[in-house]
Amino acid sequence: MEPTKGVELWPVQLSQHAQQVDWVILAFTALLVVLVLPVFAAMIYFAVKYRRGSMADRSPSASRNVWLEASWSVIPFLLAGVFFAWAASLYFDLFHPPADSLGIDVVAKQWMWKFEHPGGQREIDTLHVPVNTPVELTMISEDVIHSLYFPALRIKQDVLPGRYTRLWFKADKVGEYHLHCAEFCGTDHARMGGSLIVLDPEGYQRWLGQAGADTSLAAAGEALFRKYGCSGCHGANSSVRAPNLAGVYGSPVPLDGGGTVIADERYIRDSVLFPKKQVAAGYKPIMPTFQGQVSEEDLLKLIAYIKSLS
Amino acid sequence: MTSIAAEAAAEPSYLKAGYTLRSWLLTTDHKRIAVLYMISVTAFFFLGGAAAAAVRINLITPEGAILTADGYNKAFTIHGVIMVWFFLIPSIPATFGNFLIPLMIGARDLAFPRLNLASWYILMFGASFTMYALVAGGVDTGWTFYTPYSSMFSNSHVIAAIIGVFISGFSSIATGLNFIVTIHKLRAPGMTWFRLPIFVWTHYATSLILVLATPVLAISLILIAAERLLGIGVFDPALGGDPLLFQHLFWFYSHPAVYIMILPAMGVVTELVTAFSRRRIFGYSFVAFSSLAIATLGFMVWGHHMFVSGQSMYAGMVFSILSFLIAVPSAIKVYNWTATLYKGQIALDTPMLYAMGFIGLFVVGGITGLFVASLAVDVHVTDTYFVVAHFHYIMVGATVMGYLGALHYWWPKITGRMYPEWWGRISAAFVFFGFNLTFFPQFILGYLGMPRRYFTYPPEFQVLNVMSSAGASILAVAYLFPFFYLLWSLRYGKIAGPNPWGAAGLEWTTSSPPPKHNFPEIPVVTAEAYAYPVAADGGATHHG
Repeated sequence: MEPTKGVELWPVQLSQHAQQVDWVILAFTALLVVLVLPVFAAMIYFAVKYRRGSMADRSPSASRNVWLEASWSVIPFLLAGVFFAWAASLYFDLFHPPADSLGIDVVAKQWMWKFEHPGGQREIDTLHVPVNTPVELTMISEDVIHSLYFPALRIKQDVLPGRYTRLWFKADKVGEYHLHCAEFCGTDHARMGGSLIVLDPEGYQRWLGQAGADTSLAAAGEALFRKYGCSGCHGANSSVRAPNLAGVYGSPVPLDGGGTVIADERYIRDSVLFPKKQVAAGYKPIMPTFQGQVSEEDLLKLIAYIKSLS
Repeated sequence: MTSIAAEAAAEPSYLKAGYTLRSWLLTTDHKRIAVLYMISVTAFFFLGGAAAAAVRINLITPEGAILTADGYNKAFTIHGVIMVWFFLIPSIPATFGNFLIPLMIGARDLAFPRLNLASWYILMFGASFTMYALVAGGVDTGWTFYTPYSSMFSNSHVIAAIIGVFISGFSSIATGLNFIVTIHKLRAPGMTWFRLPIFVWTHYATSLILVLATPVLAISLILIAAERLLGIGVFDPALGGDPLLFQHLFWFYSHPAVYIMILPAMGVVTELVTAFSRRRIFGYSFVAFSSLAIATLGFMVWGHHMFVSGQSMYAGMVFSILSFLIAVPSAIKVYNWTATLYKGQIALDTPMLYAMGFIGLFVVGGITGLFVASLAVDVHVTDTYFVVAHFHYIMVGATVMGYLGALHYWWPKITGRMYPEWWGRISAAFVFFGFNLTFFPQFILGYLGMPRRYFTYPPEFQVLNVMSSAGASILAVAYLFPFFYLLWSLRYGKIAGPNPWGAAGLEWTTSSPPPKHNFPEIPVVTAEAYAYPVAADGGATHHG
């Protein structure tokens, strides 16, 4: 960590998104200053000119003017609308990660961040990523609500128990930056943070090698798939009639009782923990629940395995 | 008018209607109940302020100067809980609204005087639970009580704290109901809706929110208790619940609650600006209806607290544009206050200094409100000090300025004595300076990325934190000045007379302090509100 000492007046911009957010706030500030300064100036000018006892002209003037009032309501609103749209379009982008993003899993708990790379490399409170590469985080909490915050990227996302949330970014400068928990989560909330380390591609490969994982997430998931007995029914040679999971990830699944659902991370997680919630059409609801038996980290590995079958 | 004041003065004032403790604790006189509220909220304000002082002292060093992690978490929680529910919500409505609404509309009391007294007892009963939570060891959830932390994980006195808040909600509902019925039914002959002072309009709008929003808070707190005590799964996914449900319920109350805090202050400022420029409010009907617009739109923007919570993207967009929309009625008020000054007879007495300070700080709070309503900007600054600064500009900058402005302006009416003007002006200037030094650096801290509710922080944030703490110490002293000189004035202040400011409004036609039943006979209203110029009568016009 090499924090800047003294007063820093503007935070580092680590992505194009960060630059855009800064432009929104600077331009919006400029507009609002233009709208507000005349009001403050008029207040002070009137307070001096019309001070009690001054000789200023006080010939009667209207105490209402509908057109004036309507215009000073509507025009600033329309001007501000531009900034609504600009900020909303950047927000829209945050929900649409590029398809070729590097996927990293995040499991939060009081008071640490656990990161798992696709190759099985694990780290705590520090996240290594390659520069100029879109990275998509799939995040879940084991206990309360947390929020993963990267000030240099101008992004954060709450991390919820029981549900995956996502965050993606493309860091464009090598270096070390803060990451924090932004949602109050108990005693050591303020210490639930660490570093985002952005490496050049070779550096990232070197780090992956040094971090030394024996097995990739998908391979670990495959082992769990057997350990928890999933393969007994969902395996290729099973005699039990259960959906074949090859190729299921990302595709639509017709549901018993009508409708379809895309088999994403949420659907797979729910199918393991709440198998009766959304049963695939044509199958009997015979799968037992694994609630309380499979940890969040193992669930993410199982999902990685099922993804790898596509 | 002179005759009304003279006749009223012939009767003993409400302060002299009884001297026993019993005559205060069992009173049904809205003016005495207002004084009870004033004493209580002042005590809560200094208690909440002491917790804030602990927070700011701790943040002088990056490692945390005086408190442990848990101690810090409890300090900011109790600061928030006390300031929101036991100071800000009751502050202006329950003291000045209570004292002034009957006087302003020409009534003898509120519609339900005993319910009014009950409201005060309910608030005190609720406060006793929250105070118990405090002395029993504190509560560490933050004033927002987010689940599942509050329901399943916190090891502090959550239940006692939420019972206190739950009970105090009934005080809000009863007060709101009382105001609504009073404004509908007890207006004096000739006091039509469009002759009401704007103060009454804003309290009407506030009362609607109190009555409609507070039950939702009660529901969410009961559900926390059900999950925490009985294990009924509502919010914790491990029990089959949904943690975001709590945030929806909580903000459905708590965002409108911000308007409970700011609307009455807007009413105060309208009274002050008109009185000290001796002008009718510019665009009366726009200002009146903008209060109702704020109250209505205020119910439709709660989701802007949840842009990063995991709610849907499209929900975020709808809540964002609605939040932009609610800036319009707020902006109308600011423009109209400024236009009211035009060709006025402006005197910069203490209340007017607070009113102008209110407008300045409210504008900064409002502008930064537009920033946090902008989706991608909020993703960066939410849950940082930027948001802390933003809502303090509204809740402390604006509302407390409004409260202090009201306190000085109506002090002669409430007590019959003038406060010392020089001390008043000096204190107003210190409050303004101290406030900005405390909270402006927090905008920068937040934009630089310092999260809120951190007892320890990266060292590069120290300079700005020290500035903020220095400002807080000035602010603390500035808040203590009025406490002392107002007490002093009770005995030594100049006798005020019925209308020391030469202000319009029925409350200035009766004696200061008013008799028990306000007016010798119910006045008949023949003029619009703010019918300036007013012939200054008998009272010592302070400007000669």
